[in-house]
Amino acid sequence: MSTQPTSTILDVRNLTTRFNTLDGIVHAVNGVSFTLDEGETLAVVGESGCGKSVTMLSILQMIPQPPGKITDGQALFFDGLATRDLLALSKSDIRHVRGREIGIIFQDPLTSLNPVLTIGLQISESLVEHMGLSENQAHKRTVELLDMVGMPDAQKRYNNYPHQFSGGMRQRVMIAIAIACLPKILIADEPTTALDVTVQAQIVDLVSKLRDELGVAVIWITHDLGVVAGIADRVMVMYGGQVVERALVDELYEHPQHPYTNGLLGALPKLYESESRRLVSIEGTPPDLYIEPKHCQFAYRCTFAFERCWEEIPQLFEVGKRHKVACFYDIENGRPRHVP
Amino acid sequence: MSHDGRVLVRVEKLKKHFPITRGFLISRQVGAVKAVDGVSFDIHEGETLGLVGESGCGKSTTGRAILQLHKPTAGRVFFEDIDLTSLKAEELRVLRPKMQMIFQDPYSSLNPRHTVLKIVGEPMVINGYGDNHKIKERVYDLLDMVGLKRMHANRFPHEFSGGQRQRIGIARALALNPRFIVCDEPISALDVSIQAQVVNLLEDLQKELGLTYLFIAHDLSMVRHISHRVAVMYLGKVVELADRQTLFEDPLHPYTQALISAVPVPDPKIERQRIQIILEGEVPSPANPPSGCVFSTRCPLVKDICSQVEPEYREARPDHYVSCHLVDSDLGSSKIIS
Repeated sequence: MSTQPTSTILDVRNLTTRFNTLDGIVHAVNGVSFTLDEGETLAVVGESGCGKSVTMLSILQMIPQPPGKITDGQALFFDGLATRDLLALSKSDIRHVRGREIGIIFQDPLTSLNPVLTIGLQISESLVEHMGLSENQAHKRTVELLDMVGMPDAQKRYNNYPHQFSGGMRQRVMIAIAIACLPKILIADEPTTALDVTVQAQIVDLVSKLRDELGVAVIWITHDLGVVAGIADRVMVMYGGQVVERALVDELYEHPQHPYTNGLLGALPKLYESESRRLVSIEGTPPDLYIEPKHCQFAYRCTFAFERCWEEIPQLFEVGKRHKVACFYDIENGRPRHVP
Repeated sequence: MSHDGRVLVRVEKLKKHFPITRGFLISRQVGAVKAVDGVSFDIHEGETLGLVGESGCGKSTTGRAILQLHKPTAGRVFFEDIDLTSLKAEELRVLRPKMQMIFQDPYSSLNPRHTVLKIVGEPMVINGYGDNHKIKERVYDLLDMVGLKRMHANRFPHEFSGGQRQRIGIARALALNPRFIVCDEPISALDVSIQAQVVNLLEDLQKELGLTYLFIAHDLSMVRHISHRVAVMYLGKVVELADRQTLFEDPLHPYTQALISAVPVPDPKIERQRIQIILEGEVPSPANPPSGCVFSTRCPLVKDICSQVEPEYREARPDHYVSCHLVDSDLGSSKIIS
């Protein structure tokens, strides 16, 4: 499952996204940095409102501007030949990246597909647009793609409309669109949240297969730590618009270093646990994003919070091999850390 | 945990079919969605019965039909040995305070124009609990009980987060001292860290007040955590029912096995090693269920008999009910992975 790190294809640095609303400024993403290696699967985990989706949409310049505004940061994309900052690209240039270099699967396939176009047209559109195929070639390739994502009777289904498919099948269509141009990166934004568990298992299985076949790097956004365990090489945990912990998947589950990650893992009942224990709940509620972060965003809910946590924002700090955490407290040894 | 308490709710061959009609002025029935198609089970006093299944399997409809929020098409529901299906609306109203419901969506199940005081107090006003002062005191007590503050009483639902709203819904359900509560996916709309808060609250309240729950959910790990016994539904039927431990460790029905297997385990080491059963296809339409066994179209072990004869729902082991032809038969094992 875990691929050896080869070369970095995406390097996001200090990404900051704000939304100006009537009620004030929403501090959605506050200085997020991460890298993505070729062919690896990075899971981005967090609760609603933690900024995981906005981070990915910002990279592709897909947040509506205004009210949104990317106030800081870079997203360096290496396509083997050159390095481009995705955030600095013009509208027409970024359009060639979307769909062509970076594919995206959304959470809700019903609202993401156009209800009045056949799914065949929606898939072949990007083939004609980005790959310069003729309509006939695109039709042929579309049927192949539908086959590839496990659509039974692909030839016939080409002419069907989205409402004629079930949720799982629609998600397969979305995946076919996302991989149509053989992108380098596939962003999956909670692709299984709207689906039942047995269908979720099918989709997770399909994406892992495609990843291995096509060698595409996957960014899997989710709130489900279960799905992450099976599919990811590395995990990045977000809270209040910041990355609070980043580690290899085994390391994160065995030695969670951030109190939030630790709490999240404790809040999950285990299916294979014979004794029933009381769930560890994280008291309180997620942070108010209208307030500009001036200290650790988790301090409100953290049982370990001390003075320093209320005074400055912790930065990611190396605590082990490829393991970084943004916390002033060392939960394993029960004392504050020496963080510069 | 009491499995031996006496039976509080008995469901017998409960059916709920929704008619499909055609025509505008003169409408005629052309079919029926068999949302619930003959389910039977008991719920003992003080226990939590988990009801799991995928969307559209009829688990919520079952919960509502038990409370007579949907008039059942056939079958009977006994609550404290009284047949609810035979009661008139007036007679039912007297019993209603004892059976309450917590809804899935804490956003749409609270009236946005009412304060928390009014929302939680309304059941008491309707049932003549007492004067305004007495109701107010009781609302304060309830807010304490569910972990909200008294000052919250004068606020409106939009001022609360999802988890807090669900607490308001729980306070409302508790207002009339019920014995039985149908929890219809009470945590599905909440974030993981908040889910644990609500589940812990429900467990505490059960211990304190001796409540009986029917806990409807699609999250198997949460159902395993909170339930004493678990029933698995598929396409309007209960396919298996057993106590928690037995059901998760020795599932007999192939669907239960697949369902449990489909749940991702939050542990990378286990997750990489375990063999997952991935079912083909999707749940058929309840308007046109397959003949024979409802699961026959997706079952990896399907035999000829499965698509012809409907399997009987029987007690295959002590207190372990299942409806599958393959269990204890000479057709082969009912285990997908032996």
